[in-house]
Formats: sequence, C-alpha cells, structure tokens
Amino acid sequence: MPIAEQEGSLQPTQAASDRSWHGIVLQTLKRNEVSLIPYVPDRVLTPLIKNLHADPFFTTFATAREEEAVGIVSGAWMGGRRGAVLMQTSGFATLANVLASLAVPYQIPLIMFVSERGTLGEFNYGQSLVCRTMRPVLDSLALEHHTITRLDELEFIADRSIKQAVTTQAPVALILSPLLTGGKVFDK
Amino acid sequence: MSTRNTKIMNRFDVTSRLIARLQHEEAVIGGIGNTNFDLWAAGHRPQNFYMLGSMGLAFPIALGVALAQPDRRVFALEGDGSLLMQLGALSTIAALKPKNLTMIVMDNGIYQITGAQPTPAANVADIVAIAIGSGLTNSAWAADEEDFERLVDDAMAASEPNLIAVRIDDKPGVGTTRRDPVQIRERFMHGLGVREPL
Repeated sequence: MPIAEQEGSLQPTQAASDRSWHGIVLQTLKRNEVSLIPYVPDRVLTPLIKNLHADPFFTTFATAREEEAVGIVSGAWMGGRRGAVLMQTSGFATLANVLASLAVPYQIPLIMFVSERGTLGEFNYGQSLVCRTMRPVLDSLALEHHTITRLDELEFIADRSIKQAVTTQAPVALILSPLLTGGKVFDK
Repeated sequence: MSTRNTKIMNRFDVTSRLIARLQHEEAVIGGIGNTNFDLWAAGHRPQNFYMLGSMGLAFPIALGVALAQPDRRVFALEGDGSLLMQLGALSTIAALKPKNLTMIVMDNGIYQITGAQPTPAANVADIVAIAIGSGLTNSAWAADEEDFERLVDDAMAASEPNLIAVRIDDKPGVGTTRRDPVQIRERFMHGLGVREPL
C-alpha cells in the first residue's frame, strides 16, 4: 500500500495528516483562502477529498465533468471567492476547450490539482496514452504547470503557485506525481 | 410539463422582459452565441457576463457566482443545445441547492447559429422533465410572455434553485456582443462589487 494511503484515509483528523502530501495541500489551500473545491474523484485523491469534506472551511462537492468544475470556480472567482479543481489526468484531457475559451482569454486564475495517472507503473494502456496529451496541451497554451514529486517541495510549489495564479490572473496546473502520492498500482 | 400548450416566444423579447424586471443588481450570465447576443442587445449592464466559448457552461458559471455571493440573485440564460452538452450540471445544482440561482432555457430545438440543424433532443426530449428528473423540482415551462414574467417574479422570492424553460422561435440574436473577454470579465467584477476600476 502506498504511504499516502496508509496515512490520511484511515485517519481523517487534521493533526495526523498535517505532514502528509494531502495535509499540506489542504493547509496550503486554507492559508490562501481557497475555499470552493469542486472535483471529479480519483483513487489517489481520496484522503484529500475526505479531509476537505470534513473541514467546514471548504465547500467540497463532486461535479459530473471537469469542465463543469472549471466553470464553477471561474464564476466564483468573478464573484470574489477562490476555488480549486481536483481531477485525474484523464479529466484534464477533457479541458482543452474550456481552458482556451474561458480560463485563458478571460484571465481567470484557475487553480488545478491533477493526480497523475499513466506513468511510473501505470497498468492501463489508455491511461498511459491520455497522460501524454497533458503537458503538450498545457504547453500549447503556455500555461504554468509544475510536476510535484517531493514532499519537501510541495508546500513551496503549491503556495507560491496559488499566489502567482492570483496575482498574475493566470491558470496553473499542479501535477501530483506518483513519486509524491504513491500513485495507483495494479493490485488495487 | 407538456410543451403543447406553450406559446412560441422570441428570445430577445423574453430576455428584454427579464432585464426590465431586475431592480437589485442581479447577475445575469449569458451562454454562448444567441443567448448572450440578445442579452447584450437588451442593454448592457455591469452585472452581465457574456460567454465567448465554453459551450454549456452558463449554468456552472452562474452556480459559481451564486455560491460566491449568496445574497445576490443570479440568472443564467442558456440554449437547449448548450444545455444538452452539460446535463450533469443540473444534478450538481440540485445537490447544492443554491437559493439564489435561476436558470432560463431558450428552447428552439435547433442549433440556430450554425445553420438551424435540429438538436438530438428536438421532438423527443422535454427540458423541464429532464430538469425535474435531475432533482430541480422547481422547474416549469413558461406558457406565454405573461407567464414568463410571473415565473421570474416567483424566482425572485424562491428559496431553492429554479428553472424556467421557454419555447422560442428560430430567429437569430438581435445584437452582437463586443468580443473583449478581459473587459467583459473585469467589468462584471466591478458590477458585482468585487473590484474597483483603476
């Protein structure tokens, strides 16, 4: 079992998960007043989603599609409330249209956390192919993105990236590598 | 729920009637194409937002505004073809139950702006039945213009999200929105009191 799942998922208390990857993400969102969290679920994101639901600071809910979640946080930003979208690699692959026609041209600081499937032990051929489309799409729109692999760099990258997105009014994608989260493996 | 007794109305006329009834700086989100062209033509307001792409996201964007500003009423104008792209959004809204969100669907059964091709739902699906089945129990067809105005007045005092469907003709939008996304977004944020102009 990946380290990430041994922590968090059994112990949704905040103190226990503070130094886990998901505890750091939750605290960084809170510190930056990012409170609206629509998501399309992913196995790896489960402890983060569970703890976000348990924390009344956040409004956390599932959407039917990732682009729907992007629309929601875009509207919320214009109304004065910060949000972030949680998704999996395959969900990001559905977003090219909304990134190019809403988030980028309207200069909306869309904050995306993407759980990375398709690499470092992927067992589903489709997932590995979808993963290869993600960075070319981000690069084609010159969108800021970081792949986070180390726990000791997570807080710095996430905190600075959220602040940069807001101040420069530009989207950012934070890709959570299996090196950070443990990923999803075949026996699951 | 039946559409048989509903009058075929006109998008610009219905949109103008909505705008005329707004007195509390309500937000209005116009979907892609004709819905925002007619919103623009009805007279620009600082609380209007015009989509230039992202077909199907008028209701999700309006939901975000409604969640950010629960004391402001938010209207969203969407076409039937656009709504078909994002039917899941109806369930999301039903689950969250924002008290201040009213969805208006302009249903002509065609993709008017691309050459009036019929939508896959034309003559087989009922938008209001879909909305009710998605959990939006406060959904209704407007029988005619006066009924539309009555439903809008009801919506102003509603304590749950509501949807008004309007059967409209095949006319194109009356105006053309100025396609300046940064200015549209910035002026909308001024209109919502989120920012002050430089």
